[in-house]
Amino acid sequence: MEVMEEGREISSSNGVMCLLTDPEGEPLGAPLFLPQNTGPLQLQEIVNKLLKNEEKMPYAFYISDQELVVQLGLFLQKNKVSVEKVVRIIYQPQALFRIRPVNRCSATIAGHTEAVLSVSFSPDGRCLASGSGDTTVRLWDLNTQTPLFTCLGHKNWVLYIAWSPDGQHLVSGSKAGELLTWDPQSGKQSGSPLLGHKKWITGISWEPVHLQAPSRRFVSSSKDGDARIWDISLRKCVICLSGHTLAVTCVKWGGDGMIYTGSQDCTIKVWETSQGKLIRELKGHGHWVNSLALSTEYVLRTGAFDHTRKTYSSPGEMKEAALARYNKMKGNAPERLVSGSDDFTMFLWEPALSKHPKARLTGHQQLVNHVYFSPDGQWLASASFDKSVKLWNGITGKFVASFRGHVGPVYQISWSADSRLLLSGSKDSTLKVWDIRTQKLKQDLPGHADEVFSVDWSPDGEKVASGGKDRVLKLWMN
Amino acid sequence: MPQGDYIELHRKRHGYRLDHFERKRKKEAREVHKRSAYAQKALGIKGKMFAKKRYAEKALMKKTLAMHDESSSRRKVDDKVQDGAIPAYLLDRDTTTRAKILSNSIKQKRKEKAGKWEVPLPKVRPVAEDEMFRVIRTGKRKTKQWKRMVTKVTFVGPGFTRKPPKYERFIRPTGLRFTKANVTHPELKCTFNLEIIGLKKNPNGPMYTSLGVVTKGTIIEVNVSELGLVTPAGKVVWGKYAQVTNDPENDGCINAVLLV
Repeated sequence: MEVMEEGREISSSNGVMCLLTDPEGEPLGAPLFLPQNTGPLQLQEIVNKLLKNEEKMPYAFYISDQELVVQLGLFLQKNKVSVEKVVRIIYQPQALFRIRPVNRCSATIAGHTEAVLSVSFSPDGRCLASGSGDTTVRLWDLNTQTPLFTCLGHKNWVLYIAWSPDGQHLVSGSKAGELLTWDPQSGKQSGSPLLGHKKWITGISWEPVHLQAPSRRFVSSSKDGDARIWDISLRKCVICLSGHTLAVTCVKWGGDGMIYTGSQDCTIKVWETSQGKLIRELKGHGHWVNSLALSTEYVLRTGAFDHTRKTYSSPGEMKEAALARYNKMKGNAPERLVSGSDDFTMFLWEPALSKHPKARLTGHQQLVNHVYFSPDGQWLASASFDKSVKLWNGITGKFVASFRGHVGPVYQISWSADSRLLLSGSKDSTLKVWDIRTQKLKQDLPGHADEVFSVDWSPDGEKVASGGKDRVLKLWMN
Repeated sequence: MPQGDYIELHRKRHGYRLDHFERKRKKEAREVHKRSAYAQKALGIKGKMFAKKRYAEKALMKKTLAMHDESSSRRKVDDKVQDGAIPAYLLDRDTTTRAKILSNSIKQKRKEKAGKWEVPLPKVRPVAEDEMFRVIRTGKRKTKQWKRMVTKVTFVGPGFTRKPPKYERFIRPTGLRFTKANVTHPELKCTFNLEIIGLKKNPNGPMYTSLGVVTKGTIIEVNVSELGLVTPAGKVVWGKYAQVTNDPENDGCINAVLLV
């Protein structure tokens, strides 16, 4: 009864002028006069009506970067927002599905005889591959949680593995500089090694499936300062992107058909992919660029596959589906790029528009090792050697929260497909799951006996794989 | 007394002597012969000293030559697969190599429960009481003999205050009190100077444990927070046990091995 009365009290006072805007700042209709007892649920209905959504979508609402979880009047009172001006309420669409946080280790699979350096789920989430310091790539059976294939062929540590976005190929790069392609169905090496790099491979990125299906081309970056575009049907290097004066640390193939490379010479270069011309050079960092992330990266990685587990019969169909997903994700804003660096800062760029950064993200006290956009592009997470993971607004680059809890440098992070959870793996041998909504630690996952080098959350959200120095691969579930 | 740089002044005014460079060249050319003659002639300590100096010069020369050789000669790249694989993002960083995760608190706890330790020094020489303590005679006539002075190294906690000397039965001399130990990690093969937290057990008896007597074979607890070890659950390890491996009262320092 008291609650009811309270509600009436608030409603008896005046309403508030509100303007609903999307994350980019585009207003949705004219400002509305809303009663003070309007809650997120009512707002959700209004937005669904105004957008003429056929199926109801869940939304989260933000007023000046703070989430609205109570009634509007209470929120305004608590946060002392002026009601003289029009209150801008930002609505953000949420994923329709919800991924349950992982909380237990379902399997510890031994097999590798040296540290596991990278783990990666296939875009459809049905296969898992890992590369290790024992020079092998292993494919794992996720149903029985046992080793499936051992792929021998590399001459040195396998540093990086990448699935093609259509799931048909797996590429691995080693410390000796050679790249091998594997057939995930049979575990056999397809074709001869791709030679050309003179030093170790630091990153691999496939051409997005909406630009070409089936996948043929991928780009690899190396310590020798070059990035090379390879064609797996011609089995040779198509274009060599040279221009960096020091090692290239990271490479990403953007959805608009551009390649971004970050290097130890403090610059980020943007290349065009048909002839390998340099389009832009993004300067600003004062030290090595360690990691790049694209706002559309998750869609590019998963291609046409989404949480519904749809399968596609032909490459053309897949291409169309991927293009639709990509356009939906991108909206009408340009692709955003974020770069994490050794100078403890990050830059947010819009390389399609200008060569100047959109925002500078400062706050870390040690180098930033890994940056990653959330699948919906709203958030941005960064892992740093200062033992913290920081969360930023993915559109404006404003600082949102800092996740502290690790006692060692954080090496890698990974998002769940619904953008509600974040996973981090650290040198202190634990994985931690963070909740974005409450901005708190959701789950602590101890179990590894040594440093965790690589983590990955499967695109279907059911499993998490992690590998580290203790030579075992761990699978986590809920 | 310095006489001024009259030679430089003369050279500035008049230039070098006409035969200066010729003489210099000849002097240098003769130098080796002179040195070899001296080397053959020098006897005793002088000969030894000269030989040592010459040897050092030659070794240095050989090293420099080898270094110059290395830069020009070509050899095959050593592409063996090394141990201790690290991911690409750590390859360019100078990270200190650690052998293995060191702590495992569960094992340590289990051992503690059983009361048995697998330690580097399983048996120690028993120390007799008259070796451990010296009797101090007290009283005006020095007839009372109930006071003892510990003749071994002791560890006394930071908050310790002495009892009034009149009633103090065991005297632990301040000169033999230690707060730090040199602890070796057996897997890392490196030694750290760590603070002692407490005494776990002295194998000679519970009385010595409670007195804080550190003899060979004693288990001490040391503060390992600066080593940055973590438990499997991701917490920082603070204290770990170590066993004393030397006779601290003879050496003036405590050397210990970490129990992992």
